[in-house]
Amino acid sequence: MTALAEVNYFEPWWVQIIKSLVIFAVVFAILPVLIVYERKLLGRFQARYGPNRVGPFGLLQPVAEIVKFAMKEPFRTTTSIGFLFRLAPVISIITAVAALALIPWGDVQHIFGQRVGLYGIDVSIGPLYVFALGGISFYGIMLGGWASGSKYSFLGAMRGAAQLISYEVSQSLSIVGVIITAQTLSLTGIVHAQEDLWYFIPQFAGFIVFLVASFAETNRAPFDLIEADTELVGGYFTEYAGTPFVAYLFAEYANMIVVSGIAATIFLGGWLLPFGIHPPGWVDPFVVLAKILLVFSFFVWVRATLPRLRYDQLMSLGWKILLPLATLNLLVTAIVVAS
Amino acid sequence: MTPYDVSDDVIEVVRSPSPSPVAGAYRAFGETLRGLKTTFMRIPEGPVTIQYPEEKTPVYPRFRGRHKLHRFEDTGLEKCVGCSLCAAACPADCIRVVAAENTPENRVSAGERYAAVYEINLSRCIFCGYCEVACPFDAITMGHDYEMSDYTRSDLIFTKEMLLAEAIERTPLRREGE
Repeated sequence: MTALAEVNYFEPWWVQIIKSLVIFAVVFAILPVLIVYERKLLGRFQARYGPNRVGPFGLLQPVAEIVKFAMKEPFRTTTSIGFLFRLAPVISIITAVAALALIPWGDVQHIFGQRVGLYGIDVSIGPLYVFALGGISFYGIMLGGWASGSKYSFLGAMRGAAQLISYEVSQSLSIVGVIITAQTLSLTGIVHAQEDLWYFIPQFAGFIVFLVASFAETNRAPFDLIEADTELVGGYFTEYAGTPFVAYLFAEYANMIVVSGIAATIFLGGWLLPFGIHPPGWVDPFVVLAKILLVFSFFVWVRATLPRLRYDQLMSLGWKILLPLATLNLLVTAIVVAS
Repeated sequence: MTPYDVSDDVIEVVRSPSPSPVAGAYRAFGETLRGLKTTFMRIPEGPVTIQYPEEKTPVYPRFRGRHKLHRFEDTGLEKCVGCSLCAAACPADCIRVVAAENTPENRVSAGERYAAVYEINLSRCIFCGYCEVACPFDAITMGHDYEMSDYTRSDLIFTKEMLLAEAIERTPLRREGE
């Protein structure tokens, strides 16, 4: 019997458990800081400070907010469907966290005589796994919007479904160029293939398409029609309060880390540094983190700049511009690689 | 036959010509980059926020803030003679003056009478400055204080002692030409 996907693991089971716990803990420690960082950076782009009252430099702002959310009364509308209403945020956060496993934070290291890969798992279907989980994460949004039993939530969820499906096509196609250049689907393999040249230079069109599609995939401005607070109150999470709302919020930011991580891995050379600098292995996670922060800052920069697109503009951008561009990029890459 | 008679006064909507593909691409991409540059240039400029409780907006010299009552600097007597002209001038009717006679044993003001009670209800005051204009002895002037919030309405009725006292914290004043 052949396995559907080859999984390269050589660590004993207890190392795998420790790895998953460490990745989970580190990312969930970063998430609140990332939220403050976004708000502060957004403030700077708009010539103001952002949160700076709670704790030093406002760093305790998320603690205060999480305490506030946790104290809120659990609430749901009478028209909502209880089981699905509770399940939806859980789906969202599980898919977001599961996708984190794929981001390579560094190369294989020797720690206490063990060979440990600084990533959750290295599967031979790399990006497909991420896109599959991204596909499942629709259910979190769809079920959340539908089970709320409210018009605004439902509208937001409908928009979300249409938007995510149309942009997932371009997002997937945009990295096929990289995959056929690197001749591998493994994310660590793709990083190793970038030793000479990071892929955002030869695959610039793919990089741009991937970034734009990522904005839509993570429901970020200018594609945040799903939330669209001016017209839909809050989109699919209008009826959510308290901890389920926090789950949605964290899922959104975890998704942004995943997408930034994938962009950093596939296009920006993962843990590699330019100019042939080869630092010791323990630096790798920090390099990846710096690159993720760079992509994340770009997300915030765009959010501070661009107004929200109209729905038809969103669709025509996705299908009429991004998809042909991604296909063209793929064709040209295929011809260059084959010849 | 159509249910609506489209008469001549229906105006055709005139739209600007749709851009060519190149112009459209420029508009979408070039203008996006221009917008990104605009927001990025805000970072080196730094925030324009005034961190209010720590950092206060300086006021102009003629700013009309909370009132002050004055004494003569040499004798220490109150300038107010309890004439109630300020109360008469007040459009919000927030000043209450009860006058009493000065006696040789108890000399409070320089004139014949003095204000035994002088209250300004700051929750009613509209800071128009008419009291200052009406006062024949410059006994009441508008100060520069603008932080007067309090927990109860009765705390906002300022008595004569409170109005005569120096403000605890001075409001920053704008320099000449600032």
